[in-house]
Amino acid sequence: MVPKADQVVAVGVTKVMDSSKVLKPLFLLVACLFVIQSLPAPAAVLPEQAVEVLYHRYDQDGQLIDGPAILVRKNFDSTFSLSGEYLVDSVSGASIDVESTASEYEEERIQTSVAMDYLTGKSILSVSYSNSEENDYESNALSFNVSQDVFGDLTTISMGYTKGWDEVGKVGDDNFSEELDRQQYRLGVTQILTKNAIINLDFEAITDEGFLNNAYRQVRFVSDSARGYDFQSEQYPTTRTSRAIAIRGMYYLPYRAAIRGEYRFFSDTWGIRADQYEIGYIHPAFDQWIFEFKYRYYSQTKADFYSDLFAFQNAQNFLARDKELSTFSNHTFGLGVTYEFQPSMISFIEKGQINLFVDYLKFEYEDFRDITQEGYDVGDEPFYEFDALVTRLFLKLEY
Amino acid sequence: MKHGLAGLLALLVLAGCGEIKPWVKPYERDNLADPIMSFGRMGIANSYMHHMYQSREGARGAEGGSGGGCGCN
Repeated sequence: MVPKADQVVAVGVTKVMDSSKVLKPLFLLVACLFVIQSLPAPAAVLPEQAVEVLYHRYDQDGQLIDGPAILVRKNFDSTFSLSGEYLVDSVSGASIDVESTASEYEEERIQTSVAMDYLTGKSILSVSYSNSEENDYESNALSFNVSQDVFGDLTTISMGYTKGWDEVGKVGDDNFSEELDRQQYRLGVTQILTKNAIINLDFEAITDEGFLNNAYRQVRFVSDSARGYDFQSEQYPTTRTSRAIAIRGMYYLPYRAAIRGEYRFFSDTWGIRADQYEIGYIHPAFDQWIFEFKYRYYSQTKADFYSDLFAFQNAQNFLARDKELSTFSNHTFGLGVTYEFQPSMISFIEKGQINLFVDYLKFEYEDFRDITQEGYDVGDEPFYEFDALVTRLFLKLEY
Repeated sequence: MKHGLAGLLALLVLAGCGEIKPWVKPYERDNLADPIMSFGRMGIANSYMHHMYQSREGARGAEGGSGGGCGCN
């Protein structure tokens, strides 16, 4: 549907969350944690010393993204832990954005990260640094986290802060260079309810400032050209603040099996509201096997400045036709199988597990049209939809 | 808001100073310690799924794992 010119409202999204409103409660809670931490209490534990290896594959109608990932964690006595992670995303094929506007797309992304955890009393202090590089995008993030067991170890409070800084480039334009800064504030509580039930509540606020566009993506507008429309570069606000809150729970069934549920609510200053629901069932069987089933549903509303087809060129001050900012929903059906083992031939490996997970995803867009379809009037093309298959083969060895 | 935070702070400090009797005793936590009851049993396989969804959805944050740059703009 073509939006009328008088319906097109110039959207100004300049609201930025006052950082003091976020920082103040965090400082108070940090102070509180230091007070509580000084009390005598049994110790928390670090994550187990292990090697994790993953092969991941995302397959969507001719677009394939796959690659390996590896994580190695080494614990030094029971109070200090170091870990390193390396992940590769190799992209081949073309997405709908590339097919529609022939824009460039990254071919490989490499992510490396290092992390350090320090256990003192009932607290775990963590610092991590992560770097992600593509041929036209570099992302860096430095994170701090602290978690604390309280109330007889029935409750774990955690909080974290991440400072991120990105550099955005453009293939074929060496003079193009933009920056993006990001700050993330996290707060979480995990609570043991009964001897069979546990819940977790997470809150995260994220603020961005800088170049939030995609350097290649374009929006379309009605024109006098033969096909009835033309393209211009998208234009996003330079700030975005989002808040997400999630509650998840797990329950141990009378026989050895577990069910889990999750709900997440998201909103941001661009006008996007999202709801996510997930349920899962985990069922061990045949001594060394674990089977897992899951269903996830996600839906969101569009950003205020999104349109599939603008009425004319420069119709608003901010313009987006990114399908991730449109109104859509998706379903995920997942199936996983795990085999646990204790290799007697390799003495230094205490135990291991190998997992295969396959997730089927179905995306359905409500205001993003598939303009690669021919024979339709402008603005009457069918709504875009796609299926994808995500496969993960995961190996974990504890030593 | 300020009163609420002050109240929360006071509650946490007082509760921490007092003798809290855990209603689930340590020896009653076998089921909770079972790996199938872990929110993050799959490690980097879970992290990958968070990134995969972040790249394709407008929502972000509170995924239950550690944060970080995703390079998915």
